[in-house]
Amino acid sequence: MAEFFAMGGYAQFLWPSYALAILALVVNVIVARRHLAAARSEARRRLEVRAGDAE
Amino acid sequence: MDWTWFHKFGSPPHVYRLAGRLTPWFAWPAAITILIGLYGGLVLAPPDYQQGDGFRIIYVHAPSAWLSVMIYTTMASAAFVGLVWRMKVAHAVAASCAGIGAWFTAVSLVTGMLWGKPMWGTYWVWDPRLTAQLILLFLFFGYMALRAAIDDPSRADRASALLAVVGIVNVPIIRFSVDWWNSIHQAPSVMKLGRPTMPVDMLVPLLLMLLGFTLYFVAVLTIRLRAEVLRRERQASWLREVLD
Repeated sequence: MAEFFAMGGYAQFLWPSYALAILALVVNVIVARRHLAAARSEARRRLEVRAGDAE
Repeated sequence: MDWTWFHKFGSPPHVYRLAGRLTPWFAWPAAITILIGLYGGLVLAPPDYQQGDGFRIIYVHAPSAWLSVMIYTTMASAAFVGLVWRMKVAHAVAASCAGIGAWFTAVSLVTGMLWGKPMWGTYWVWDPRLTAQLILLFLFFGYMALRAAIDDPSRADRASALLAVVGIVNVPIIRFSVDWWNSIHQAPSVMKLGRPTMPVDMLVPLLLMLLGFTLYFVAVLTIRLRAEVLRRERQASWLREVLD
């Protein structure tokens, strides 16, 4: 196991590379979902304003 | 010829629903493919005869670099369609690409630096391939900054689309930089004519990672596209429908 993590002496270069790539994969999903949630609540607000105008 | 499919792709409610339905069909295969690819790349693939275990950085570096160029090409193509046919949904696709593209361009640059240090002895050189990739990052940033700077949405769409289309000249420069100039960057080992120069147990994890990252991009794009389509929509009738 220790040998695996040592990566033949390249650990200090290899693991940060993998960590960054995985971070990018995770962050982009979170950001996209937040954008969608924000767009939905903003659209809902727009609808409510319009419904209020109609009355 | 039946053009209804084309009009459907221009219709925001249709695109919104279609994108929502597509997300899981790309997200799950992406997750599975990437996990298998990671296991193959880190555990099953043999060490390289020159670079030892250091070469394994390729399994995150090459897919990120591929994705960065693929996303830019998607963005510029969508921007072009938006400019020529004045299709709102195409502009929404282009706008959805930029943030994701910037991320993976940055990942390709940083993982490349981390690979360059042990192999070339330096984090950075002003090499044609590396410089063109850095310009790609600035193109994504420029696109996003331009959009953010213009308040009127349709003017922002058109101005940023023009930038995206003009910037496409950088894509062949990235692709062929290692052939045209004497680059420090190694030549492609997968995407070239004839057979790849990699043994199969190294190659298969790489192909899985390339496929997985591509599926991942489509999955994230469908989520961002829904957000973009919603933000642009002023018509109440279908908004009410999809929000309930």
